[in-house]
Amino acid sequence: MAETIQLEVTRYSPEKDSAPSFQKYEVPLRKDWVVLDALNYVKDKQDGSLTFRWSCRMGVCGSCGMMVNGEPKLTCATFLSKYAPGPVRVEPLRYFPIVRDLVVEMSDFMAKFRKVKPWLVRKDDKPLSEGEFLQTPEQLEVYKQYSMCINCTLCYAACPVYGLDPFFIGPAAIALAQRYNMDSRDQGSDERMDILSQHEGIWGCTFVGECTKACPKNVDPAGAIQQYKLAATMNWFKTLLAPKAPR
Amino acid sequence: MDIFPHDILLVGGGGAGLRAAIAAAEVNPDLKIAVISKVYPMRSHTVSAEGGAAGVAKADDSLDEHAYDTISGGDWLCDQDAVEAFVKEAPQELLRLERWGCPWSRQDDGHIAVRAFGGMKKMRTWFAADKTGFHMLHTLFQTSMKYTTVERYDEWFVTRLLVDEGRIQGVVAIELMSGRIAAILAKAVILCTGGCGRVFPFTTNANIKTGDGMALAYRAGAFLKDMEFIQYHPTGLPFTGILITEATRAEGGYLVNKDGYRYLQDYNLGKPEPKPVLRSMELGPRDRLSQCFVKEMERGRTLHGPYGDYVHLDLRHLGEKLIDTKLPFVRELCLKYENIDPVKEMIPVRPVVHYMMGGVDTDINGATSLPGLYAAGEVACVSINGANRLGSNSLPELLVFGARAGRAAAEFALQQHAAGSAVYTQAEDERRGIEALLAKIGGTERIADIREAMQKIMEKSAGIYRTGASLDEAEAQLLQLQERSSRITLDDHNLTFNTQLMTALELSFMLDVALSMVRCARQRTESRGAHQRSDFPARDDKNFLAHSMVSRKLDGTAQVEYQPVKITRWPPGERVYGQPAEKAAQG
Repeated sequence: MAETIQLEVTRYSPEKDSAPSFQKYEVPLRKDWVVLDALNYVKDKQDGSLTFRWSCRMGVCGSCGMMVNGEPKLTCATFLSKYAPGPVRVEPLRYFPIVRDLVVEMSDFMAKFRKVKPWLVRKDDKPLSEGEFLQTPEQLEVYKQYSMCINCTLCYAACPVYGLDPFFIGPAAIALAQRYNMDSRDQGSDERMDILSQHEGIWGCTFVGECTKACPKNVDPAGAIQQYKLAATMNWFKTLLAPKAPR
Repeated sequence: MDIFPHDILLVGGGGAGLRAAIAAAEVNPDLKIAVISKVYPMRSHTVSAEGGAAGVAKADDSLDEHAYDTISGGDWLCDQDAVEAFVKEAPQELLRLERWGCPWSRQDDGHIAVRAFGGMKKMRTWFAADKTGFHMLHTLFQTSMKYTTVERYDEWFVTRLLVDEGRIQGVVAIELMSGRIAAILAKAVILCTGGCGRVFPFTTNANIKTGDGMALAYRAGAFLKDMEFIQYHPTGLPFTGILITEATRAEGGYLVNKDGYRYLQDYNLGKPEPKPVLRSMELGPRDRLSQCFVKEMERGRTLHGPYGDYVHLDLRHLGEKLIDTKLPFVRELCLKYENIDPVKEMIPVRPVVHYMMGGVDTDINGATSLPGLYAAGEVACVSINGANRLGSNSLPELLVFGARAGRAAAEFALQQHAAGSAVYTQAEDERRGIEALLAKIGGTERIADIREAMQKIMEKSAGIYRTGASLDEAEAQLLQLQERSSRITLDDHNLTFNTQLMTALELSFMLDVALSMVRCARQRTESRGAHQRSDFPARDDKNFLAHSMVSRKLDGTAQVEYQPVKITRWPPGERVYGQPAEKAAQG
């Protein structure tokens, strides 16, 4: 194995640059290093102005998503040696506006996230003294995988529909809605359906499944989108068949 | 300079901060509440907690038993009134999270499932597989979005607390996105910034865990408490420091030395049984297990690796099905980061800095010694953890005391008038200081060099075992580093998302925190829980059944005084684990 590997990293400062460019760095190629370790090496030893987000370095906080050689990846869970002999191209997540270097603008995602009412909706709550809502392991299993989303937004960077239509509410938000819809304790699926069916983006998804492939946590947003389409269609049929009030 | 007024500010958007925000919002819907966090709240370090959250749930258990386990686990340094409140409210808080949708693991009949945990005599640890903190944080964050009176300042970094007329008046913070510096005013401020594991080189803690809240409070004149008590978790992956949850041992994993021998049996922790025995062997408390590792290393019975010595955690006998159901994250972490499969191979592990028992001194409602300033979660020291926290007590702690602090801060804020003009001057001073650091050129020191030097000093001199001489040396070296840090220069002079500026400010926080740890450790000439002095190996209740209270004197140096531990019903006794503990409990 070579002793070093070259990184090609996107650099962009809105204060200085009219457009993003690439900068090359030579870093040690160590067997147990992930791409994030290489970026930190640059920041600590070579160039403290290189800017990126990271925190847990164990694949659960969701901060360090970037494009690595064109694919959306958690850089803390992507070994550098996989790309030997290099170079390794590290870019900000695709389809998001760039704030600086590898940092992208998240506020659009955060707004969409809130829009789907990602909390448990109950019409008939009971006092705490009456104990928990019962839920069997089988009922838990139904929504469990959707609850594993870490909001890393790799699925947005993988989604061709989001690339064309930034108004598309997107894979993670739909998976999150489905996480609550399928929870046996929740009673809010009608409210969420109203929100999601307001926009056509969901119908634009052609089930290419890129989102599911990109997910580092084995969530299946593509499946959630298909379930949603089906449920929305069923609702629409129900409204056709329902008895109408006299005009 | 922009000025944003609020009633209550939460500094930190992890579990404690979000729970406190919701609690405050529920006190009075007219209160203007804001959560300031240097990362988006769902990135907060609560997300990494794995094993579970303790709260009495089953008929064979009792609040008193949870209290006793906590107090003996803390080597009698816990304030027992706080522990009593904690064990009483923990089950309700965990239940409330269930109502908010937390996907707790269940029994076949649909009721909440509980598992065993280290130092706990009964099964009382609620869990969501082995991603408990992740699910709790996401549940809290998503639920907090229902509360429209809770505003958020995401990716804002707090640099200073504003104090005037003897009470807290707000903070100064930098918006990372734009670089603008603003005064965010409030009648009450709750610090929920978590711990400071990054003071050490090898830690389970995320990059953001730099002791910000502790340093902010200390600089504002509040007391820090019991800063010498630093928890080493016995099982971290070498190199990365990734935590392998105690739940692995609760489910029946073995800790073995280089000969495949379950070495804990040699250290007064009970006899090895094939199945896990509560409060025994691998289910002993974390301080003891980490100390046993050092002893085992001294006997030459550990393995040697490129990142230091290690032992093995063996899960192979648990089988693939149990591992995939109860410990899926452990398998994922081992496969992804260590390239080993715990179904077939043993996991290399070594003790790793994990948690701060100490923190900002608070009363039972989260109030600090500075009026209007509150703290909850790991940043705070109530103290329910004493000299050693039991695994699965920190998650319910952030709920119970987050909620208490939120309510108390709301009541306080409702009685206060808005800030006076003196704070504007303070805020302007702070802004000028930050701008000067940003603009400075010609320095000679790099941030990473000083940080790495600090981490080495702390591991060498203030680790699992300390001595007076090692601590004296550490203090002198840290003071030198503080002096060197005044010569730091930044490569990055941009306003937009300047993470290097933030890193420089975090380093100065960490140096303050490290010095307070060393100071407290130096002065406590006894061994208790996680604080082991090789030169004073015995516990000394006569002189040190007391909390270390450290504050900053006018000349900038740290001063340590003592405050007696509150004892309600459990007089200090011997800490016994393994078989004799069963006898003691029956007796």
